[in-house]
Amino acid sequence: MTIDWRPTADIETLRDRARLIAEVRAFFAERGVWEVETPVLGHGGSTDLHLVSLSCEATTPAGRERLWLQTSPEFHMKRLLAAGSGPIFQVARSFRDGEVGGRHNLEFSMLEWYRPGLDLDGLITETDALIRRVLSSDPGSLRRRRYRELFRESLELDPFHEPLEALRRLATERGGLDMAAACRDDCLDLLISLVIEPRLGRGGIDVVVDYPASQAALARRHRDPEDGEWVASRFEVYLDGLELANGYDELTDAEEQRARFKEDNAARRVEGLPEVEADERLLVALEAGMPAGSGVALGLDRLLQLALDKDRVAEVMAFSTPRA
Amino acid sequence: MANYSTNEFKGGLKVMLDGDPCAILENDYVKPGKGQAFNRVKLRNLMTGRVWERTFKSGESLEGADVLELDMEYLYTDGDMWYFMLNDGSFEQYPVERKALGETEKWLKEQVVYTVTLWNDNVINVTPPNFIELEVTETDPGLKGDTAQGGSKPATMSSGAVVRVPLFINEGEVLKVDTRTGEYVSRA
Repeated sequence: MTIDWRPTADIETLRDRARLIAEVRAFFAERGVWEVETPVLGHGGSTDLHLVSLSCEATTPAGRERLWLQTSPEFHMKRLLAAGSGPIFQVARSFRDGEVGGRHNLEFSMLEWYRPGLDLDGLITETDALIRRVLSSDPGSLRRRRYRELFRESLELDPFHEPLEALRRLATERGGLDMAAACRDDCLDLLISLVIEPRLGRGGIDVVVDYPASQAALARRHRDPEDGEWVASRFEVYLDGLELANGYDELTDAEEQRARFKEDNAARRVEGLPEVEADERLLVALEAGMPAGSGVALGLDRLLQLALDKDRVAEVMAFSTPRA
Repeated sequence: MANYSTNEFKGGLKVMLDGDPCAILENDYVKPGKGQAFNRVKLRNLMTGRVWERTFKSGESLEGADVLELDMEYLYTDGDMWYFMLNDGSFEQYPVERKALGETEKWLKEQVVYTVTLWNDNVINVTPPNFIELEVTETDPGLKGDTAQGGSKPATMSSGAVVRVPLFINEGEVLKVDTRTGEYVSRA
């Protein structure tokens, strides 16, 4: 067998990549958002039920310790915000175990930025502007889509009120797998992944808002004006069926954050997954006070994939994991 | 057999699904922004040849299938069964039913090596080589001088397959045929 030593992206593409990343840096410089670098290895991992953190053992001033490869630079960047950084961005190498496929790679570049004092609408506008700056052609207009609306249109059901049994039946039927014992969020995740996502971002940029409160992660929650149902104050951006970015009206309440970490670990126990120690330094930073504002994480490789008209993220990476 | 988790599903892996042995063709990882990840998997049912598309929760696993693919030489048929022999020097013979033979029946030629799929030691499939050389046993007489023009006619081959051939081909000629498409390639 011959060993393929060459990059997974051609040199021309890698030059384009460098040029577009310079464009991203210029975009933030013009807006007074400064670039930071935070650790790839940290003492805290992600408690998120659906993320698998990688870890390693290393010698530190405290001796031999287990350190976690960060799934995103979020916790460290929030600590900078609490320390008074003001608006910051980062192109951060992030690691997520088990994420393998055409639109995933074990390690990838997350473009993450935070805007103290800016609301979610302001951040959606800025995210849209950044995407347009990187793309070479006009992706079409920005459309704001409510999570509930998408389910009503595509599946004729209200994701918040449809009886769980009916959701399980539908998920089983659409997915061709047994979802008879699945929870509500897993059913909704399956349906949005298989039925709704592939249709999003066609002929325009779709921004999905008002997710179920149970899917808030590190975002605040607010009442849906329609019927007072709690929803998550977060958005996701889709283009060409690809999820590009995930933005939050950031949770700044330390107690609420602590409770969510606990909920995550409780859910992990139920699923038989190992618990992940909550990042105490983040919690203490929130107690010290993080300014209210919004933040967004954007899959830079995916945006470059679209900008450079490629089919897989590997085609815009120097060496994807199988060749690393 | 061992169990394989979705992140071990690679093209060619053989697993059991709904009681049938299947070969993984494609495995696509899908994950909503924040939430449960799934794998959309395409598999070929090795019993029926049909392609199935199934979704699994990432991390779920399937039992491996005891499937072997072996090179075997075709020997003969007694009308009931078709007999193949391992070409590893062991001379071990395997009888094959018509059902397992399927479409391959019309591409059988003695001493040619086929890929035989065994599941729990039973033959479930026989795949012919991509190209095979067969003699024309029946076709309309060849048209002289028509070597350049298009046009084709049916020809029955020694194995029973009927192949569209150029008009200049005669009975008794040996032709190279693509068994995947059933198309004439060239004179052998």
